Amino acid sequence: MNRRKLWAVGTLAWAVAIAAGAAAEAFDGDPFKSFQWPELKKEFLGAGARVQFDARVRVQGPAFAEDPMNVPISVATDLPGVQRLIVLVDRNPIRKVLELQPLAAQPGVSFRFKLEQASPVRALALTADGVWHVGGALVDSAGGGCTVPGGSRADGSWTQTLGQVSGRVFASGLPGADSAARLRVRIMHPMDTGLVGGIPAFYLSKLSVRDGAGRELLRIQTFEPISENPVFSFDFAKPPPGPLRIVGVDNNGNRIDSRVE
Amino acid sequence: MRRLIALLSITIATTLAAPQGLEAQPTAPVVSVAQLDYGLKARALADGVYVVEGANDDFSVANGCNIINTGFITTGAGVLVINTGTSRRYGEQLRALIRRTTAEPVVQVLHLNLHPDYFLGNQAFADVPIAATAATRAGMQREAKAYEDNLYRLCGDWMKGTEARLPTQTIGSGPLRIGRREFELREFNGHTASDLVLVDKTSGVAFVGGLVFADRIPTTPHADLPSWLHSLDQLAGLKLATVVPSHGPVHAGQRGTQQTRAYLQWLDASFGRSAAQGWEMNEVLRITPPEPFARWAAWPAEYTRNVAHLYPRYERAALQRGKTP
Repeated sequence: MNRRKLWAVGTLAWAVAIAAGAAAEAFDGDPFKSFQWPELKKEFLGAGARVQFDARVRVQGPAFAEDPMNVPISVATDLPGVQRLIVLVDRNPIRKVLELQPLAAQPGVSFRFKLEQASPVRALALTADGVWHVGGALVDSAGGGCTVPGGSRADGSWTQTLGQVSGRVFASGLPGADSAARLRVRIMHPMDTGLVGGIPAFYLSKLSVRDGAGRELLRIQTFEPISENPVFSFDFAKPPPGPLRIVGVDNNGNRIDSRVE
Repeated sequence: MRRLIALLSITIATTLAAPQGLEAQPTAPVVSVAQLDYGLKARALADGVYVVEGANDDFSVANGCNIINTGFITTGAGVLVINTGTSRRYGEQLRALIRRTTAEPVVQVLHLNLHPDYFLGNQAFADVPIAATAATRAGMQREAKAYEDNLYRLCGDWMKGTEARLPTQTIGSGPLRIGRREFELREFNGHTASDLVLVDKTSGVAFVGGLVFADRIPTTPHADLPSWLHSLDQLAGLKLATVVPSHGPVHAGQRGTQQTRAYLQWLDASFGRSAAQGWEMNEVLRITPPEPFARWAAWPAEYTRNVAHLYPRYERAALQRGKTP
């Protein structure tokens, strides 16, 4: 390659880099370059929110949603002093999935949710200094998760099991070294999105976990996109004194109240 | 052009002339995405028994989403076709291939289970009786719409004009006689609710459908592992000589059965252990598998699906055991 050609290639690379920079600017610095991000930020954090894309907020999901009705997501972060943790999905018709106040739990949660189409899934962690730290993962999907009725709705069995809780605290054999204990809890609920014809929105809206002494360990608000019969995992730095009590309510006022050893 | 066709015909004729070595490395078909040509070839496994091999891979536009081994068998009274492929186009090209290979007309189509690549080529066989078991017929009816949507999305133009055309006859375990050939049909389950196996008694060639995967991660959208393992034990008892799995190379004897069993046993043990220790699905997705699973075709895509399909059952059992009365 002669010098002139080399120069031309160099210029081209430089031009491309500039163009990419300009594009990133248009997406408000969003690494996923999502058109929805600026609006999402304004709607859920407020126009003046201080936001920083931060690899320390880790979101794990499958590259492809084999079952768009049940896409597994795990959120975790090493950031100290996380006060709130929000999960948003850019291209879902209902974009807010949950909001966690970790209180005495680790700032993280695992759950499954309904994904309508391929989208970034973001976790936004608010630290004590008022900054939102944003991490995410891209999940591809064949689509249709939010606008299809769940299994218990299709066969009517949800009425028999509504509000039943099964759960367990696991304290050995957990992968990774961060957590000494994990609460996994499953709550029977159809979690209707309201986007299926003739089935109004019907979903768990609030859950709280308390330890044996009645101290609140964590509080979570949940929304329509959470999967049917949700399974949540919450990690703890040390095993909380049991028995744990799970209390909650759905948007129709049905109460959840159950103990987990 | 004419000379080219003549040359091609000679090549095909010589390819078909003699049954090749069974373990002959199946070459993935030469696919033309631009022409939407699957490049289907018939390989003779015995006199009049042909396998049409797909890529041992996951669905992709580049392989035409042709990842299935179909087959056809001449009987003296017409051709029996085993599965019809992923699309209308596949069905048409398969039928053309059969026409090029034998003068016998197609008289019967048989489906070994309900999965889309077994029957979405049926439009090309609309004039022929199409048989499947009762459970498979019901399953196809239930799932056909979702299959169409999913494969259109995964495979694009390859699917143009494809509409699910359902079987017209119900068939089950027992002998089947067409022309001079005697077949034995056996209905198992576990890979799906109904897994049919066809054994040609004359040649000893068995089309085992989705019960056996060779050098490939098994698919599990309708699987029940205990039943599947039980079926594999029964299948091993049949001492099959030549095994044509729907996915992975044709092979002799127990190789594929043993591979499939080893993988399913590992899945069962690994999922059970993980659930009992409180692992999340994303952690299970990132498990390092023992040798040689990660070297098989469709790892890790198919394993991701295994987790989505099966892990929730193990999870549910583990959480319910922890429930206080």
